[in-house]
Amino acid sequence: NSSKLGFPAFASFSTTRQLATDHNIAIVGGGAAGLYTASRILSKSPTTRIDIFEQLPTPQGLVRYGVAPDHPEVKNCTTKFNQVLQNPQVQFYGNIPVGTESDHECSVPLERLRSVYGGVVLAYGASRDRKLGIEGEDGCGSRVGVVSARLFVAWYNGLPEAQDVQLDLDSFDRVVIVGHGNVALDCARILLTDPNDLARTDITKRAVAALRKSNVRHVEMVGRRGPLQVSFTTKELREMTKLPGLEIICDRRLLESECAGEKGRRVLEASRPLKRMMDLLLKHSVDSNSPKPINENELGAGGVKGNKTFTLRFLLSPLRVLYNQVEEGLKAPQVMQFAVNRLSGPPESARAEATSEIVDIACCMALRSIGYASTPLVGAPFDHKRNIVPNIAGRVTVDQNDRNDLVPGLYVSGWVKRGPVGVIATTMQDAYRTADAVLMDMRDGNIGTGCRADIDNTLRSLGVDARRVSTEGWLRLEAYEAARGEKAGKPREKVTSVEEMLNIINQ
Amino acid sequence: MAALLTASLRQQARRFGASAPATKDITVTFIEPDGNEVEVTGEEGTNLMELAHENDVDLEGACEGACACSTCHVILDDKIFDELPEPTDEENDMLDLAFGLTDTSRLGCQVLLTPDMEGARIRLPSATRNFYVDGSKPAHH
Repeated sequence: NSSKLGFPAFASFSTTRQLATDHNIAIVGGGAAGLYTASRILSKSPTTRIDIFEQLPTPQGLVRYGVAPDHPEVKNCTTKFNQVLQNPQVQFYGNIPVGTESDHECSVPLERLRSVYGGVVLAYGASRDRKLGIEGEDGCGSRVGVVSARLFVAWYNGLPEAQDVQLDLDSFDRVVIVGHGNVALDCARILLTDPNDLARTDITKRAVAALRKSNVRHVEMVGRRGPLQVSFTTKELREMTKLPGLEIICDRRLLESECAGEKGRRVLEASRPLKRMMDLLLKHSVDSNSPKPINENELGAGGVKGNKTFTLRFLLSPLRVLYNQVEEGLKAPQVMQFAVNRLSGPPESARAEATSEIVDIACCMALRSIGYASTPLVGAPFDHKRNIVPNIAGRVTVDQNDRNDLVPGLYVSGWVKRGPVGVIATTMQDAYRTADAVLMDMRDGNIGTGCRADIDNTLRSLGVDARRVSTEGWLRLEAYEAARGEKAGKPREKVTSVEEMLNIINQ
Repeated sequence: MAALLTASLRQQARRFGASAPATKDITVTFIEPDGNEVEVTGEEGTNLMELAHENDVDLEGACEGACACSTCHVILDDKIFDELPEPTDEENDMLDLAFGLTDTSRLGCQVLLTPDMEGARIRLPSATRNFYVDGSKPAHH
């Protein structure tokens, strides 16, 4: 019970109390962070009213547009999300952006929300990604250069604004992915999975068609550092080992020396997850140092013509993309050039330092998967160095004359609070901690209750009522997608344009 | 959701004395992060996550028992842990991501009640992670 501890901040809120006056809380962002924050507030204070604003007509955020289509169990959390949205204390305001800059979107200014609600929670996640910042990154004519992995994932998951991303899966048989995280692995797996298997998931129809046409047989996943510094996890690597007909290639000499060295052995002993992953890689990979010649007509396991390969490349940093490499017989539209690195420092914090050696990899397309990034919301503080909303334990702060002052009534949850790392479970716990701060402030009278009449007037005057998608509208769209999916043998066939979504919802 | 429905049907069957297969009822104790102990009784074959939910014990289950998250992470005592069948690769892969992983950790949804577990004490790990310390190792996504 936090009231016994005598200090606020990090104690978990554990009493259920009926508050004298019901508070009105607004949450900006209808993804996992926003929904888990709402869920926690309601579980401890069931009469609080919570309004959730989401710029898309659909809630769920990256659970809908980030989690891979062949990971349906991960999406089981949406059952709870729908329960939250259907709670009589909750209003969903889909299709309503908050604090965005463009005028034509009729965005709700954050200050208007803060003036009528008791508290506002920012849970708007990360909607852009980090660029490599290299020459040739943005493509050349019909050559696509380096495409954002976030956009590629959003594309195959049906995000409306990603549907016209320019891809090239046809002009050559190799894709390069820069990054050693789970998003990069997801992209590799989707590119290398049999499209007939993908067709049974909730991947979009258009993505399946493109992948059926695709000539991509080889994916090279490239990282700056070594095997002991990868960010992806064993579950996703194990899935690669189970793809029929796929050969996993890496520099086994490097892998073995990193694992067998004194520093390597120490870090593996201390980290069960890393040890299990290295064991898996050692068990399932073939050596890139002694490649067997790839016979185009040879049938791999599973009867697939021409072995598909997945190569893990280490110690390479991208330098530039070249489009005018004229080489005898080279059919690839572009060549990505990398500097070879060497590692210094202990494995836990190894630094990559470029040598003068250069490696070229020809490809039809490169994907950059080096991290998502949040953007500033108009009306809220933003830390441009860390790309997060500055906060202490979920309470937003503003840097004022070298002091960190709390901004009363403003909170932050999820990736925009800590940075774009963490799985759904991490976000859940993070959201609960922010919710506990809100609950504490409600209980202690540190924030007002807001005024429901003022809220209703404000939302009406801003035209929100007319444009919004409610929970009921969302559930109708969800049922429509499920019905369409059933006809096609998939869990859902996602609607991929906002206009079509609104037509279905408003029918 | 399906797990919760099945559990509540079982509870109803018990309450109304409906004829059910002769399964044993096993009593175990959950220890919540704040030290609060909750003694619960469940039917053989119920998994620990379902059992917690049936009894309003504060254990999460984001993926609803599909072995696709680590939120139902529980800590068992040595003896019970050693007697249970080994976790699968899939469970171990998810356990790798659990906060505060111990040598006797399991995913609650993968551990089924057996008569041998009578009297077992099941600890719910504290989920609070100190996110505010600079230099903490980034998690995965």
